[in-house]
Amino acid sequence: MKRKSTKTVFMYILLVMMAIIMVYPFVWAVTASFKTNVQIYSGNPLDLIPRPLTVKNYIDAWTILPFYRFLLNSAVLSIIIPAASIIISSMAGYSFARLKFKGRDLIFLLMLGVMMLPGHVTLIPNYALMRIFGWINKYAALIIPPIFGASLVFNIFFMRQYFLGFPKEIEESAVIDGCSYAQVWWNIMLPNAKPAIATIAIISFKNEWNTFLWPNVVINDYFKMPIQVGLSYFKSNVSTSWGTLMAATTMAIIPLIVIFIIFQRYFISGMLTSGLTGR
Amino acid sequence: MSRQEAITGWLFILPALIGLSIFVYGAMVYSLGISFTDWDLLTPAKWVGIENYRTVFRDRMFYQCLNNTLFFVITMVPFGIIFSMAMAIALNKKFKGVSFFRATFYMPSITSTIAIGMVWLWIFNPDQGVLNSILRGIGIQNPPRWLESVTWAKPALSIMRLWQISGYYMIMYLSGLQSIPNELYEAAEMDGANSWQKTRYITIPGLANTTFFVAIMLIIESFNIFEAIYVMTEGSPGGSTNTLLYYIYTEAFQSYRMGYASSLAWVLFVILFVSTLIQFIARRNQQRSW
Repeated sequence: MKRKSTKTVFMYILLVMMAIIMVYPFVWAVTASFKTNVQIYSGNPLDLIPRPLTVKNYIDAWTILPFYRFLLNSAVLSIIIPAASIIISSMAGYSFARLKFKGRDLIFLLMLGVMMLPGHVTLIPNYALMRIFGWINKYAALIIPPIFGASLVFNIFFMRQYFLGFPKEIEESAVIDGCSYAQVWWNIMLPNAKPAIATIAIISFKNEWNTFLWPNVVINDYFKMPIQVGLSYFKSNVSTSWGTLMAATTMAIIPLIVIFIIFQRYFISGMLTSGLTGR
Repeated sequence: MSRQEAITGWLFILPALIGLSIFVYGAMVYSLGISFTDWDLLTPAKWVGIENYRTVFRDRMFYQCLNNTLFFVITMVPFGIIFSMAMAIALNKKFKGVSFFRATFYMPSITSTIAIGMVWLWIFNPDQGVLNSILRGIGIQNPPRWLESVTWAKPALSIMRLWQISGYYMIMYLSGLQSIPNELYEAAEMDGANSWQKTRYITIPGLANTTFFVAIMLIIESFNIFEAIYVMTEGSPGGSTNTLLYYIYTEAFQSYRMGYASSLAWVLFVILFVSTLIQFIARRNQQRSW
């Protein structure tokens, strides 16, 4: 019994140390954002308490660049793109799971192939396409191409598997009663797929909040930048002090951490059930 | 099958099909076309045949990127597997605070690399950074200059990426652990196996499928390090942290060599495809020989 309890204590110590390593960079960023530059540059880096505490870094960051705008852009994109993806993928998923038509399985297979393509191959041609469409620096470029990629295909696959698990009787009797397939999709399938939708929504929200490469390529006008692009623009072009940079970084990280803490269950169960998520 | 059902079926997949045809299938074909041209976006593209591909294999930066990637593969794959598996095994029991630890270990992987990269830039700062302060504190006189040093920049990036992604693979291992039947452990306990023996002879072999999958993902991950390099090193010092993906990006969007960048993208695609294929074949042969 004695041996077991020392082992438990040892394990707790190890886990707590790991947890400190995992959390430390976040804590450092947040506390540094409230420190004066004097303390950041010449104080002890292990001292996490801002002395004195200042909000000047935040005020500076907000006056130099429109950070409220970056946050707003990201918030809107992180809602519109997942919403569109859910609508499109649940329609296709329903069709692949339940409706019979010629060529269905072939098209499904063709779509699954997209999941194996690395995104970098389509980066350059899609950029060229945006120039042809005249979408450079337009919101359309931020919204429409990101909807269609490997994550959409994954969502289609996920919805199809989910719908395949439904009992058929309810839909069949609804069709006999004169419901159209579209009504079945909207009134029966969607309301019963809430857990799957929640999982997709939370994971694509995270992906859109963190997205960088594509918006960085198609947007130069800083009023239209999402937060990660705005942050990197702030670092490389406006480069001020570490204090303001940490204030900007905190603004880019914290909203997602709050959402993660609230919806933790969906993040982890989403990963466990699906096995795969984009990063 | 009724006619109406077929029409609805097609209509329901149409939005996805149209979008993917333009932005994925069409883009693939377009990309292949661009890779056979010389194109700077300003003047019309000029057809050069396979010249770009020839250049790729003569390009010293291409080999340097491959070399750097190899370093990331040999550090990130084994350590990523060890860390994430160990965390999962430790957190697969029920005890007070287990969900807190799981959430804490997972949190870095949902954070944007651009943002957390800025923080690590400061952690690795050779003079005022946290890491070197600790190293000096425990008596190391001349700690490495991390991102400024040709020798230490790559290890620094590996450390940062491992910190960030291990929690993600931990969740995969946690789900893999669910599939190992409890009876095996009970039987081993009856035979008097200790906990190391149980881990060695039941848990690790039982996770072989997950490990295989995690290894493939980590290899792809090592090839695709981009955002960390974008914020932390920009490929420096002396190209020692450049990766193919970052090289493709700079060729296309800083040097405006769209044709050459596209051919690099295709070469990277083929490398990744072949390496994944080899792993699948090796795995199948291994399973057959058992």
